[in-house]
Amino acid sequence: MATIKDRAPSPAGSGLNDDIGEKKRLALYRSQVRLREAEQRAFDLFLQNLVKGTSHLSLGQEAIAAGFGEAMQKGDLSFCTYRGHAHTLARGVPVEKVLGELMQRDNGLMRGKGGSMHLTSEEHGVMGSYAIIGAHLPIACGAAWRAQYKGDKDVSVCFFGDGTTNIGAFHEALNFAAVWKLPVVFVCENNLYMEYTPIGDVTAVEHPAADRASAYGLPRIVIDGNDADEVYRTAQKAFVKARAGEGPSLIECMTYRHSGHSRADPAKYRPEGELEKWKERDPIKIYRERLKQFGVSDATIADIDASVMKEVDDATEACKAAPHPPLDILTTDVYADGGWAWRN
Amino acid sequence: MAEISYRDAVIRGIAQEMARDNDVVFLGEDVAKAGGVFKATVGLYEQFGPLRVRDTPISEQAILGAAMGAAMTGLKPIAEIMFSDFFAVCFDYIANEFPKSRYMSNGQTKCPLVVRTGNGAGSRFGAQHSQSVENWCMMIPGLKVVAPSTPLDVIGLLAAAVRDPDPVIFLEHKSLYATKGEVPDGEILDTLGTAKIVRPGKDATIIALALMVPRALAAAETLKAEHGIDCEVVDVRSLVPLDTQTILGSVAKTHRLFTVEENPRLCGWGAEIVSIVADEAFYDLDGPPVRITTPHIPLPAADILEDIVLPTPARIVETVRRSLGS
Repeated sequence: MATIKDRAPSPAGSGLNDDIGEKKRLALYRSQVRLREAEQRAFDLFLQNLVKGTSHLSLGQEAIAAGFGEAMQKGDLSFCTYRGHAHTLARGVPVEKVLGELMQRDNGLMRGKGGSMHLTSEEHGVMGSYAIIGAHLPIACGAAWRAQYKGDKDVSVCFFGDGTTNIGAFHEALNFAAVWKLPVVFVCENNLYMEYTPIGDVTAVEHPAADRASAYGLPRIVIDGNDADEVYRTAQKAFVKARAGEGPSLIECMTYRHSGHSRADPAKYRPEGELEKWKERDPIKIYRERLKQFGVSDATIADIDASVMKEVDDATEACKAAPHPPLDILTTDVYADGGWAWRN
Repeated sequence: MAEISYRDAVIRGIAQEMARDNDVVFLGEDVAKAGGVFKATVGLYEQFGPLRVRDTPISEQAILGAAMGAAMTGLKPIAEIMFSDFFAVCFDYIANEFPKSRYMSNGQTKCPLVVRTGNGAGSRFGAQHSQSVENWCMMIPGLKVVAPSTPLDVIGLLAAAVRDPDPVIFLEHKSLYATKGEVPDGEILDTLGTAKIVRPGKDATIIALALMVPRALAAAETLKAEHGIDCEVVDVRSLVPLDTQTILGSVAKTHRLFTVEENPRLCGWGAEIVSIVADEAFYDLDGPPVRITTPHIPLPAADILEDIVLPTPARIVETVRRSLGS
């Protein structure tokens, strides 16, 4: 398990590294709380049978999506997995749009045509959430190839879990990106479990992503994925490298999911006490303490919490009131002409 | 006007589109410096340079995934999968990613790309380098599927595929690469979703695709000369979109339907055509529709065996003749 690393001292010698600054720090906190409350609400709505189908929550893993989300610039592209609610929200997609899709309402991000596992909002740079393990790593390479070819300065950021490191597309994409020196950042969220099985039981190396990096000529990077500041700093470094034309990065973020793999999973396979131990390292708890260390007042924190809760509450009400999708969208957008005709 | 090979038509088609649009890029295994294992991309690297014509590792998932990511964000990639049999190792992109992203995203995601591939039998390569996989693709909503039979159609349909806003699977027949045909000078652009009557006739309609088109034409000449049966041969060219009007129109005229398919029997494209004709033109038919296919077996390597299993002009002649009772 990763530990909280000592902060590098600031020039003022306060013992705290203030390189991130208060404005960004508050944004990182807000984002994490927002992801937490939206995911918790998704879970609650599932228990009320208002979220249909499956859902894969990022509870406990918020620091990664938030840290990268805050480090990304407008125009940077996110490629997410079926566990992609958090990464989608972290690019600024309204909670209502995400919850609406989970509740399969007409106000959802894709009006119910995609569902929880395929959240997409291109206007926010969210280029899709992919439910086939590993599929989006090569796709992110392609988007990065376009940037390289066109001389665009955006970075493609591809999030995936530890289980993805054992599928062929992971290795094809890493080699491809390295050989072509593409501006893509691969982010492995190592939450210790490949669905229901401990990742260590099925992987030849201790760190499933980082210990493979050398095979592709990339540096070994393992960070504390529950520390949003560390995530943010690491993301920035990788983005500078990518924008400078120096190629891809592979970053393994150690974290833990507080809930099961999906809504069907009570996670009974976890050893007793493991969840409790990790909850002591809850990214939001860590970050709240950090804000206080930096002198942020309880009132400021409470204001952020309250405004996030209001967005989630308002979104919930809007989604409950929203109609189901109309039947006439059933056959739209199969082809680029807007329709589904396969014959004349 | 010049006579060129099907192979050189591929080169000309790609070059025509790359010269026209800087967003067209091309990637695949051995396609750049080596000019392609079938020599169907010779000279493109020299003409368009290393940024637009790129060799890849043997990573079919990376090739198709990268093509999709580039297509989603503004390029118009042409990706080559060397043998169509290799679709099986990158089928996620063909079955799950290209064709569903637009629908799942409610129209947000675009995917204007072309996958070119060497398809079909006749090279004695055995069961994993000889298949006709058009039916693997035809069954997936969201894809377009094209298989030209002549150099002229290669250029025109390839140009149409590159300019099309949807993902197009472009199946080049390996046994046609060396064949030749007349091609006019200048830009050539065809239309996807159009079949072509390549030999008019009045007694029976023979629907064929790719390598089966010249075989159907040869059979039609024999049927006319030796049996007095005047067949209309329709080159389907495009399985999706499917030009059912041309097919139905031909059946309305001849009242008999034969399909000639290189694929193994089950779920071949001909079954879909027969089904459409049965639904919509049943009373135009004077006899049962007949499918002429490869038997439902893996393809053998030995020439004597491969030659027997593929539909031949002789088998087409015999089947049509017996069905028409002459």
